[in-house]
Amino acid sequence: MLRLEPRREPSAVMRALSPALAVLLTLIAGFIAFTLMGYNGALAIEQIALAPLLDPVRWPDLLIKAAPLILIATGLSIGFRANVWNIGAEGQYILGAIFATGAALATWEMSGRWILPLMLVAGAAGGAAWAAIPAFLRVRWKVSEILVSLMLTYVSIQLLYYLVRGPWKDPQGFNFPQTRMFSDSQTLPAIIEGSLVHLGVPIAIAVAIIAWILMSRSLFGYSVRLVGMAPQAARHAGFSENRTIWATLLISGALAGFAGALEAAGPFGQLVPQFPANYGFTAIIVAFLGRLDPLGVIAGALLLAVTYVGGELAQTSAGLPQAAAGVFQAMLLFFLLAVDVLARYRIRVGGPAHARAGA
Amino acid sequence: MSTTIVISIIMTILIAATPILLASLGELVVEKSGVLNLGVEGMMLCGAVCGFGATVATGSLLAGFLAAMAAGVATAMIFAFLTLTLSANQVATGLALTIFGVGVSSLIGKPFVGRTVGRLEPLLPAALSDHPVLRVVFGYDILVYGAIALTAATAWFLTSTRPGLILRAVGESDSSAHAIGYPVIAIRAAAVAFGGAMAGLAGAYFSLALTPMWADRLTAGRGWIALALVVFASWKPGRLLLGAWLFGAVATFELQAKAMGATWLAPEFLAMLPYLATVVVLTLISMRRAGAEGSAPACLGKPFATA
Repeated sequence: MLRLEPRREPSAVMRALSPALAVLLTLIAGFIAFTLMGYNGALAIEQIALAPLLDPVRWPDLLIKAAPLILIATGLSIGFRANVWNIGAEGQYILGAIFATGAALATWEMSGRWILPLMLVAGAAGGAAWAAIPAFLRVRWKVSEILVSLMLTYVSIQLLYYLVRGPWKDPQGFNFPQTRMFSDSQTLPAIIEGSLVHLGVPIAIAVAIIAWILMSRSLFGYSVRLVGMAPQAARHAGFSENRTIWATLLISGALAGFAGALEAAGPFGQLVPQFPANYGFTAIIVAFLGRLDPLGVIAGALLLAVTYVGGELAQTSAGLPQAAAGVFQAMLLFFLLAVDVLARYRIRVGGPAHARAGA
Repeated sequence: MSTTIVISIIMTILIAATPILLASLGELVVEKSGVLNLGVEGMMLCGAVCGFGATVATGSLLAGFLAAMAAGVATAMIFAFLTLTLSANQVATGLALTIFGVGVSSLIGKPFVGRTVGRLEPLLPAALSDHPVLRVVFGYDILVYGAIALTAATAWFLTSTRPGLILRAVGESDSSAHAIGYPVIAIRAAAVAFGGAMAGLAGAYFSLALTPMWADRLTAGRGWIALALVVFASWKPGRLLLGAWLFGAVATFELQAKAMGATWLAPEFLAMLPYLATVVVLTLISMRRAGAEGSAPACLGKPFATA
């Protein structure tokens, strides 16, 4: 008989090791699943998990895909620490892109160095405004932020469709549902000449580092963690739960909106109906994979970026459908949640379980 | 408005309400046992695709619905193992289940895209079900009636039977229930399995009755609306019926307005309505409850450990 025995303190070693173990288990389970479904399992796993790392040509792509994940997951990890479950980051990400595009269309035919920052600030404001709705409803009437933020994601997708098909449609776009292409002043510059790696990549890493300092070295970070771990104690210490809800939702909304603005001004260069790429949902996996720690999030985002890029490679080489990468990512989260039990419990073989529990 | 239009509106409302009602009934029982499973959307999608696949393979709708329920239970058991056996975080696990369901259903469903099957027909003979007026009562498939009957049965089970009482006790105070000697984990696992079966069935209602076909993300967030409905209903089965019909009315309004070519509101705004309505309704219900602690089961979402 196997039996779980709670540890007095969660094991730090296991907490750090469990993502690696989860990755390993996911590779094995993925191999089995893809083989059973009639694909070349070994090739599929090799393409999804290894090929992007081995081929330097893919590295810029990894950084580009990781940037929005880092930004969004950093914001989410702060909220999750406080038990504030913003799962509508995808919607805030879309709103960020919409606001940034609005700023771009308003500054049409203008030029100057101020336009791009304006777009990015507008994007962050848009994401924060969208997240303010669940924050207000939760604080004022205790409405579940989980459901509201998620519902608003569906609303934001329709809003995006409406704008690109209607008022914002490019007049010279042959009736395609898309906005004008952004001008040079409205596009993120590349940081390495001739590559697609844009300014958003170093910004995202800097934001994660700032968030890490904020969370581990400031009173705010302490209050967020305390509200999440021991709400009662937090109340006695004078930390307001409502203020924490507002702060964490606004921060995660702003970062998701900022990511949306960067993505619109970077890789897309315009707003199109295909803009939503599920980064907002994948970032939830990244946040957990990164142990709800902004530095861990950087590693988690790079890992998930591998599956994004690898998933595309596996489509052409192993004939795997696009959804395979999503399954792979979800399995990763399942395994992570499962192996996390090793951090909280010791596994004992045999022995009297109830005797100790009763003592 | 002519009688025909009124009748067809009523019928559309009842039909649109059915899958949401099924899924939310399952989740209500799960939450009554003290577990919050946010994976309803994922379980519905797995049910939808497996049900469709089984019907394509066998030609039998019954096989389809049974396969859908089995798929729902199977995915629910992943959730039960992680949250109940390993006491993983329920919110995170539920989200993972939804992400998983979206991906897996798309992967399994790839060969089925573009195929159709014969849809679920009305239960009663054509003389009744095609009757111009009586069809408003007799013109539905078995699951429309079944969902309403199940609502009554669930209400009865929870309030008037011993197992129902035990289930609620487990949700209100797991440690007391454990102290008396009830197997908390097993009871919760059974509730989660029921929730999975109902979500699977609800999913198959989309792919075998509403639109007899498979498309990626066919359920379009209805699983999340089912979750919201449980809160709206204050965890009372009777009120679920009301909520599901309300949702059906919003969905029907969207369809009617589109069909009549309403130009005063862009189709994208019409498509937002179910989600906006859910937010508004959730807010209204929470406003009314403000002050009181609400009627959620006391142990909802909290892991249970015996030690």
